[in-house]
Amino acid sequence: MGLTNQSCGTRVNKETFTKSTAKVDYVIALAGNPNTGKSTVFNALTGLNQHTGNWPGKTVLRAEGKYIDHGLVFNLIDLPGTYSLQANSVEEQVTRDYLCFQKPDATIVVVDATCLERNLNLVLQVLEITSKVVVCVNLVDEAKRKKICVNIDALAAKLGVPVVATAARDGIGLDKLVKTVTEVANGTLKTAPYYVQYHDSIENAIKKIQPQIKLLVGEEEFNTRWLALKLLDKDQTVLTELEKYLRRKENVTTEIGGELWA
Amino acid sequence: MGMSQSMRTGLNSILSDVDKINPHGTLGINDSVVSSIYYAAESIANEVVSQKEKPKTDWDKKLDDILTSRVFGFPSMLLLLGVIFWLTVAGANVPSAMIADVLFWGQDRLTDLCNYLHAPAWFHGFFVEGIYRCLAWVISVMLPPMAIFFPCFTLLEDLGYLPRVAFNLDRLFKKAGAHGKQALTMSMGFGCNAAGIVACRIIESPRERMIAMLTNNFVPCNGRFPTLIALAGVLVFGMGSTFGATAIVVGIILLGIAVTLAVSWTLSKTLLKGVPSSFTLELPPYRKPQIGKIIVRSIFDRTLFVLGRAICVAAPAGAVTWLLANIYVGDLSVLAYCAQWLNPFAQAIGLDGFILMAFILGLPANEIVLPILIMSYLATGSMTELDSIEDLYNLFVVQHGWTWLTAVCMMLFSLLHFPCGTTLWTIRKESGSLKWTLLAALMPLGIACAICFLVAQSVRALGWV
Repeated sequence: MGLTNQSCGTRVNKETFTKSTAKVDYVIALAGNPNTGKSTVFNALTGLNQHTGNWPGKTVLRAEGKYIDHGLVFNLIDLPGTYSLQANSVEEQVTRDYLCFQKPDATIVVVDATCLERNLNLVLQVLEITSKVVVCVNLVDEAKRKKICVNIDALAAKLGVPVVATAARDGIGLDKLVKTVTEVANGTLKTAPYYVQYHDSIENAIKKIQPQIKLLVGEEEFNTRWLALKLLDKDQTVLTELEKYLRRKENVTTEIGGELWA
Repeated sequence: MGMSQSMRTGLNSILSDVDKINPHGTLGINDSVVSSIYYAAESIANEVVSQKEKPKTDWDKKLDDILTSRVFGFPSMLLLLGVIFWLTVAGANVPSAMIADVLFWGQDRLTDLCNYLHAPAWFHGFFVEGIYRCLAWVISVMLPPMAIFFPCFTLLEDLGYLPRVAFNLDRLFKKAGAHGKQALTMSMGFGCNAAGIVACRIIESPRERMIAMLTNNFVPCNGRFPTLIALAGVLVFGMGSTFGATAIVVGIILLGIAVTLAVSWTLSKTLLKGVPSSFTLELPPYRKPQIGKIIVRSIFDRTLFVLGRAICVAAPAGAVTWLLANIYVGDLSVLAYCAQWLNPFAQAIGLDGFILMAFILGLPANEIVLPILIMSYLATGSMTELDSIEDLYNLFVVQHGWTWLTAVCMMLFSLLHFPCGTTLWTIRKESGSLKWTLLAALMPLGIACAICFLVAQSVRALGWV
């Protein structure tokens, strides 16, 4: 629908459309390749009118919006569109750091049904970071027109996370998406994500340092397999973020300790 | 605040192990990982995706062969631009006149009401001739062109045409030392320069981003289109041709793009030196635009937006203009005094004092420049009713001695002058620097003055007016 009221004039300086003062039960991230209809899904779920348009890289603002399901408040974060999480660009780094260190309760990865293969690259990388993922195969109407058929059940079985087919522009499949996201966020729907198997030498290296990482950051908080991979590659951006994270975590523990002393 | 000893040693021991396991990156992790992921994605896709039959004709490719070809790319772009503006120019006249009729009928009724209540003259002047009239002008002149232009522009955006524009213009922007994606941010500028400035975030290199931000306002935003369209109407008045007016507006836009490229080139050779970075631009598939939704959203959103801005900006501007025109110092009103003071300079660049004053008072929003000018003229002239291009022609040409040169210079100045207040504020916020913001205001102003000066002086020297 192009430039909207909310994306013109002085409003362009407002990074988020709603202030998060009210209570939020779950935080949901919205990731995906550019031009897969992420903003359309965002608008459809939140009822906001963010600028949508058919060109890659359009979403430059980080937008936040809320929707309610079964009386629970979901805060939806629209992340910039990226093709991968290798942190080659600012958008990729922002998206990756958000998924890894801000820990949303669930992540929706929007993929384009008409070019699934390229989109799966991002899905596989997201699965390495977080297991609480719902894949939203969008633009199924477009795919149908091009006579492309995506076997949704087979894809879900293969990826080990729920997959929902949608045509967000016409509001098709969104109810199911909302329901599935709730189930993943509250833990009633357990996922068993597919991990890409790497070359033996890399797999062995991961096995060697993974236990130490588990000791350092704890098993619950991070996907230590992915962290091991990044540390093995000496990814500076991850290292910086990790140090920041450890510092933050430590401050919290000291504060609690302080209270106990008093 | 540092990390505690235990955590620091934990991390360090991991890193020293990493050095042992993967000395100097011998495992080649990055490349190996990327290729494994690609391979996995490919094999999963092969398992779950099936395409029963290839569509007989690949329309996307056929369209792209024309719209992005070396030969037809630019002509088709011009044609589309031409069609959109012809629709806007031709389509806006009738609703403009209708809205003006209704609103100025309303003004007469308000005047009757004031007379009936024996309201003081200043009350009638301030509220009816100041605030109400300015609002009426903004709404009747600005609203119809936007209501037509916006759905058309959005249609192209939804279809996926903008990346094709970027593709076509990429070579030119490269030559200018700027980023190819600047074509996209420039296109957003047609909608709103402030939105265009924010869109510059898609450009990664800070140098090229700054170039894109500094040159964004050389494409007219939706606040300036109606001004340009109305002036083009005055310029071809009497010939009665909407094609002529369309050609002028398209010409002005092409000039804007040319100036964008020229200024980008100059900046990349002087203040912001460097080589353009390369990038991959994905041409997304064409998608069927949702016509109904576009029309509803553009009209409602834009209508509300324009009305909101009209009330916020035009009403006070109308009030200020009325006050300036009616507070007298000696024999002259403050407005006339300022205009007289600006006049020698304004004449040198082909304008007059009132026009320059209107641009200055119009800083908060470009929409109100023309209404302010009309109000200032009306306040000093004898005419009180104005509801068609014909009246506008009479006011400008007959009463205030405009020549075609005045109209041309005002269009040029409107195209090139400083960005509106909102845009400047956005540049300040996005660049984080007052210095660059100042440059973003002064550089276009300087260029506008220089070009108008050159045009006006050459035309006069050649004796064409």
